[in-house]
Amino acid sequence: MSGIFASLLDGLLVGCVYGLAAIGLNLIWGVMGVINLTHGAMIALGMFGLYLLFSSLAVNAYILLLPILAAGFAAGIVVYWMAVYRVVGRPALMSLLSTFAVNMMIIGIGTTLWSTSPYNVNFNLPGISLGPYTFTGNHIAAAIAAVILAGALHLFLYYTRFGRAIRAVADNRDAAELMGISSTRVLMVTFGVGSALAVASGGLIATLFPFTILSGGVYQLRSFVVTVLAGLGRPVGALFAGILLGLLEGAVTPFIAISWIPLIEFGLFVVVLVLFPRGLFGRNA
Amino acid sequence: MIFKRPFFWIVIGVSALLALLPLWGNDATLRETLILSAVAVILATNLNLMIGYTGYVNFGNVIFFGLGGYIGLYLTTVRGWHLITAALAAGLAVSLFTLLFGLAILSLRGAYFALATIGILEAVRAFVSNFAPWGKAAGLYVSFAVYQPLGGPMRAVWLAYFLVIAVFCLSLLLSLAIKNSKFGLALFAIREDEDAAVTLGVNARFYKARIFSLSAFLPAVAGALIYFKSGMIDPGEAFELTVSIEVIVMMMLGGQGSIMGAALGAALYEQLRGYLLTSPSLSHFQLVIAGGLLLVIVQFAPGGLIGWLYRLVPGARRLFE
Amino acid sequence: MRRVFTLFVFALFCWTAARAQQTVTIGFTVSNTGSLNVDSLEQYRGFELWRDQVNAAGGIKAGGKSYQIKFVTYDDESQPQRVQQLYTRMILQDKAQFLFSPYSSGLTATAAIVTEQNGKIMITTGAAEDKTYKLGNQYLFQMFTPASDYLTSALDLLKAKDASTQVAFVCADDSFSSAVAAAGKAYAQKIGLKVVFDEAYSPDTTDFGPIIDKVVASKATAFVGGGHYADGATLARQLYSRKAKLEFLSLLVAPGSPKFTELGNAAFGVTVPSQWEVQSAYKPQFGPTGAEFAKAYQAKYNSPPSYESAGGYAAGLILQHAIEQAGAIDTAKVASALNSTNATTFFGLTKFATGAKEHGLQMGHNMVLAQWQEDKSGKLDKEVVWPAQAQSAQIVFPIWQGPAKTIAQAKQAK
Repeated sequence: MSGIFASLLDGLLVGCVYGLAAIGLNLIWGVMGVINLTHGAMIALGMFGLYLLFSSLAVNAYILLLPILAAGFAAGIVVYWMAVYRVVGRPALMSLLSTFAVNMMIIGIGTTLWSTSPYNVNFNLPGISLGPYTFTGNHIAAAIAAVILAGALHLFLYYTRFGRAIRAVADNRDAAELMGISSTRVLMVTFGVGSALAVASGGLIATLFPFTILSGGVYQLRSFVVTVLAGLGRPVGALFAGILLGLLEGAVTPFIAISWIPLIEFGLFVVVLVLFPRGLFGRNA
Repeated sequence: MIFKRPFFWIVIGVSALLALLPLWGNDATLRETLILSAVAVILATNLNLMIGYTGYVNFGNVIFFGLGGYIGLYLTTVRGWHLITAALAAGLAVSLFTLLFGLAILSLRGAYFALATIGILEAVRAFVSNFAPWGKAAGLYVSFAVYQPLGGPMRAVWLAYFLVIAVFCLSLLLSLAIKNSKFGLALFAIREDEDAAVTLGVNARFYKARIFSLSAFLPAVAGALIYFKSGMIDPGEAFELTVSIEVIVMMMLGGQGSIMGAALGAALYEQLRGYLLTSPSLSHFQLVIAGGLLLVIVQFAPGGLIGWLYRLVPGARRLFE
Repeated sequence: MRRVFTLFVFALFCWTAARAQQTVTIGFTVSNTGSLNVDSLEQYRGFELWRDQVNAAGGIKAGGKSYQIKFVTYDDESQPQRVQQLYTRMILQDKAQFLFSPYSSGLTATAAIVTEQNGKIMITTGAAEDKTYKLGNQYLFQMFTPASDYLTSALDLLKAKDASTQVAFVCADDSFSSAVAAAGKAYAQKIGLKVVFDEAYSPDTTDFGPIIDKVVASKATAFVGGGHYADGATLARQLYSRKAKLEFLSLLVAPGSPKFTELGNAAFGVTVPSQWEVQSAYKPQFGPTGAEFAKAYQAKYNSPPSYESAGGYAAGLILQHAIEQAGAIDTAKVASALNSTNATTFFGLTKFATGAKEHGLQMGHNMVLAQWQEDKSGKLDKEVVWPAQAQSAQIVFPIWQGPAKTIAQAKQAK
């Protein structure tokens, strides 16, 4: 098996995780126009959540995702009331700073509790080997979990009543309220779901490699790139945009020095922003 | 015209005070504290030109400071230029760079513009990390010999301090001048409703590009001076997103749109952080405290400190800007 | 009788007053917050243990007086601008007579500007980069082996074990790691090892999948590099789970931490160039032995010392020795004593370069190579495998024993 094929496959696998990590951000942004800067901290909390549960329970790490999703949802609701409720509808800068403030607090508490040393969840599934290249079981499982969660979100948004309410509020908040939808409740639940997805992706990432309280920041940045690529309006589009980004990394790595990759990623990011403001899969601007 | 505004004289007075106070007591500790505050004010007031006057949020504002630092350090250390010429050249180069990029991204609105500035920040960081003449990831170091033409390291640091105070003074005066000019009026119109302004004949594209590149000049000069004083620069710390966000926070704390607000917010934030750091009991919690403070201000006092001050003492509005 | 007694008491009082406690103030910053806080804390503990032991024994004795050690320290937030502000404050306001460096080469470089401007001695530890000492300083003294020498031991060992090995250098794109890797590559080529891969990754990289695929494609059999904690640990884990089939793996910093054992099987066989390990059996001319130091450290902090802690303690020892030799706490005299230091402590041999071009660069200290191996009960433990004088176990080489074997089987086969 040639090197580039292995690289692409690896890119695909890790891209699923990038995508999942971004869906929460995309959802919240699309529905309420808030850029959630606690996103990175939520991912980090998911990582630590999995670590704590795993070290005390020693159960299959993927089952532990369920309580983590629930915890993430609850955390999202708390953050909503703390920081977002009052600033929805105000200029973007307000919600940016409000969520950033909560982010600082979470990182501050996290550093005091766990310092910045790396933690590791030592849970390994057997991998699949093709020639000299091996694809770890954890990566494959994480990609599958990501797709499942994204699929669940899609079903929720398009096939349930509440999901329809969310889409209505995203389209036109005032009109939705006129129709009798409690927009506050919808926004609150949306924020909770977005955070739950971020936390869950953190849990998945924790199975892939060691992390610290500061690891979430890198994923937040990547989530921006993925969200912009995807465009707003269809959160599940973020999954595909994530896969695209992963494939890009995989395609480029064999050919150029890897230190240039961030330049390519962010250069692409700016180009897409300027030339394709609706993203590649989005509906609304 | 601006000489008639009381704020003009306040700025001159404060700048003179800042320059003379540490000198009079030969107090280097005070100088170190003041220089950090002065830099914070420079960054915040120049950022205010963009965010406060036009409403465009620049998350990449640390690029001006970092690139200015790199160009300044490169010119003084590798090419042997004098500090003042190197700093001015850095300012001009970064302004030009900003103008070019600005023309590309200023067509974006709101959050998209903000994200584009983040993208450029990260791209510049990645580029400099690979750029061999600037030391790649290892960065640039100042050799102690470079202080000799300026009279030795002690004098060089004092010189850098006075130059920074000069830039501080210029930043505030620049903001004042623009605010009271036709240029400023056009910017405010863009901030309030860009489409309406364009319909009324304001050449939005041209004005936005001009203010964007203008807001880069003084921070770049300051960057060249500060990194010269620090003695080294590397891409990791020169282009840190957190610093950019902190500058926005400072501006918000003080009150965006207001020159006094930006200056006050920056100075107070810097002092607060410095105090929290050296206080034995609170230093572990400084992130939490700073975050909590920011949260409260954004939610309950979005006009910032200056908004609160104006409500308390309405007469202050005539004195400050 | 009474008069004699009063005279005696008076004389005693005078004698005590003459030997009265003076203090010597040492300033330094600690990174309580920010990315460097773990290593910085270890370094601080080294300083602290030294201070407490010396003060308990009566302080530093020089020129007929004894000096109690007093520290003045602040949090630098892992930020260079803060470092300058705080070092200026410590020198001018808190009147520190000597300085220790912050942790990390970057912060140390910034602090050096301030200490040199003010003509104060700074003993640097936790800072390996060479560049700072080549800028024309007078009062800097480096405890750590410089970055240019970091990989020398590891590469010598590699050559000795398998001269036909193919080496991949993969390091983080930050100032320290890239300096180490560049020097390492030059040395490898000098001693005739084949270098098949040499790239740097962004320190933000979290997934090394495509990079490891590239390394495998280059047919490398030895992997040298890494950066700091998180990426080093990630590399170890992913190289193992991707079965990169390496015979030698050496990573910077990360494997030095006790937390590395959390990686389980992935940690087995990983080597780390280390400034010091507990097993290093140097015979000290003064101060405690390695074992005594480790025991005191464990008793006080409930965890084993790392090389950052050892560096911190040794910095104190060397400064103390120089003050005692100089007989005073005057900067010029102590600097002169430091310049002529040629002493072995539990940390190793300490000797500073004295030429103007690279003053203060550490000349005497050697890196040891430590490797994670399994002890008899199957638990992971670090052993020193190189050089011979400090060796506590033979190296496990090659690491990769074959896909089907567990660690226990591999061990039996040896």
